[in-house]
Amino acid sequence: MTEKLTPVKELTYEQALAELEGLLSLLETDDGSLDEILAKFERGQALVQHCAALLEKAELKVRQLSGDEIIDFEADA
Amino acid sequence: MEQLSFLPPTAWSVTEVNRYLRDLFESDHNLGDLWVQGELSNVSRPRSGHLYFTLKDERATLRGVMWRSSVQRLGFTPNDGDAVEVHGSINIYEAGGQVQLYADTIKPLGTGALYQEFSRLKAKLEAEGLFAEERKRPLPRWPRRIGIVTSPTGAALRDMLNTLRRRYPLVEVVIAPSPVQGQEAPLKLAAGLLQINRVAKPDVILLARGGGSIEDLWAFNDERVAYAIAASAAPVITGVGHETDFTIADFVADLRAPTPTAAAELATPSREDLLPALAEIGQRFANYASIQINERRWQIGDLGHRLQRVSPLARIRSDRQRLDEIGQRAATLLRHRLQMQYSQFQANAQRLDDLNPHTVLGRGYAIVSHADGRTIRSAARVQPGDALNVRVSDGDFDVKVADTLRQSG
Repeated sequence: MTEKLTPVKELTYEQALAELEGLLSLLETDDGSLDEILAKFERGQALVQHCAALLEKAELKVRQLSGDEIIDFEADA
Repeated sequence: MEQLSFLPPTAWSVTEVNRYLRDLFESDHNLGDLWVQGELSNVSRPRSGHLYFTLKDERATLRGVMWRSSVQRLGFTPNDGDAVEVHGSINIYEAGGQVQLYADTIKPLGTGALYQEFSRLKAKLEAEGLFAEERKRPLPRWPRRIGIVTSPTGAALRDMLNTLRRRYPLVEVVIAPSPVQGQEAPLKLAAGLLQINRVAKPDVILLARGGGSIEDLWAFNDERVAYAIAASAAPVITGVGHETDFTIADFVADLRAPTPTAAAELATPSREDLLPALAEIGQRFANYASIQINERRWQIGDLGHRLQRVSPLARIRSDRQRLDEIGQRAATLLRHRLQMQYSQFQANAQRLDDLNPHTVLGRGYAIVSHADGRTIRSAARVQPGDALNVRVSDGDFDVKVADTLRQSG
């Protein structure tokens, strides 16, 4: 794992999922060194947990257009 | 009863006949589920809440009834003269002996001018290719921003937000508030679509409105709204009215949802599906990792076995044993040799002892010497009168030669 990786916490759900899919196909086909495999595995587990946490903790953000601005939406305003 | 005995014994009661007819109707595949088109007349809705009507065309009439629970779901009030399509089943009303249409849905085909306008616009836009299948764009799998064009105060918005919150709260929602009915609505809806594309650049747009009468939904049959949907950069999902309502907007949209809630569902993946899918991905990771690790463990085991076969340890062990043997043999040899040398030494000491002249004297021999110490070995060396010394084992004494006799030997 020589390439620089974005810290898991900074990834969006979509990015994390894309990386997960990439890692999985690498693990399926590539037999790198044990260090690499363990690193991929750990990264994968961290990504899975990150995705799950994003899903669990996310709060829907709701805003609205006001002219050419996007402002906070207040229900029944 | 006796006097009635002349009647054929096979006569049916009226109830039996009507029940038999009901069974026949119910066993018929077509009559259980059909759409009937016609004009409403004799519409009445008594206190029970059920709806009674007659459906007619130029040549025939059909009685119909709709139960209260279905009437409450109707998005409009049926009136005499309305052109409608009615869905339901045909059966017999046993008590009255009448064939009836039991309706569960009534779809207005429009009253006069509205219906004409709807048909005209639909044909025009269809001819322009706005409904073409190849215009429909795929929806994003993981939308990050969803635009919603609807009334900010409607139940439709609340339903959609609740659905998004439940299914996929990772998404960001931007609302373009717009009236959804009335004179202003078509222009405002079209402007909202245009503006939300330009300002918010959403991945997908929901254009929605809750249920209402056909007049209430009319803004969604406006060509300005239709063109705005067609011009939208983001794919548009419509969720207008109820399941049975079809608007022009629905035909132009990339996807038509039966309700606002359904539109929100079609736009997003569901958290309830995603979490198990994630768990499965995690499991796959664990599986691959353990497969790889096991493979290596096996390789290591194999190498270990092969290494053991060429290990110097075995040789070291056998060498060590040989060394022990050699050592023992050397020790035995040394001991043996020492013993031999000791025996030889003893023998030599004995021999030395044997050669000791003093030992010889003990056996009765004597050493005779001149006074000056010279040992006499020959009789010719002495003269009569010589003083000689005689040495025996325990001392010596002096003698005088009396005579010389002869030489022996």
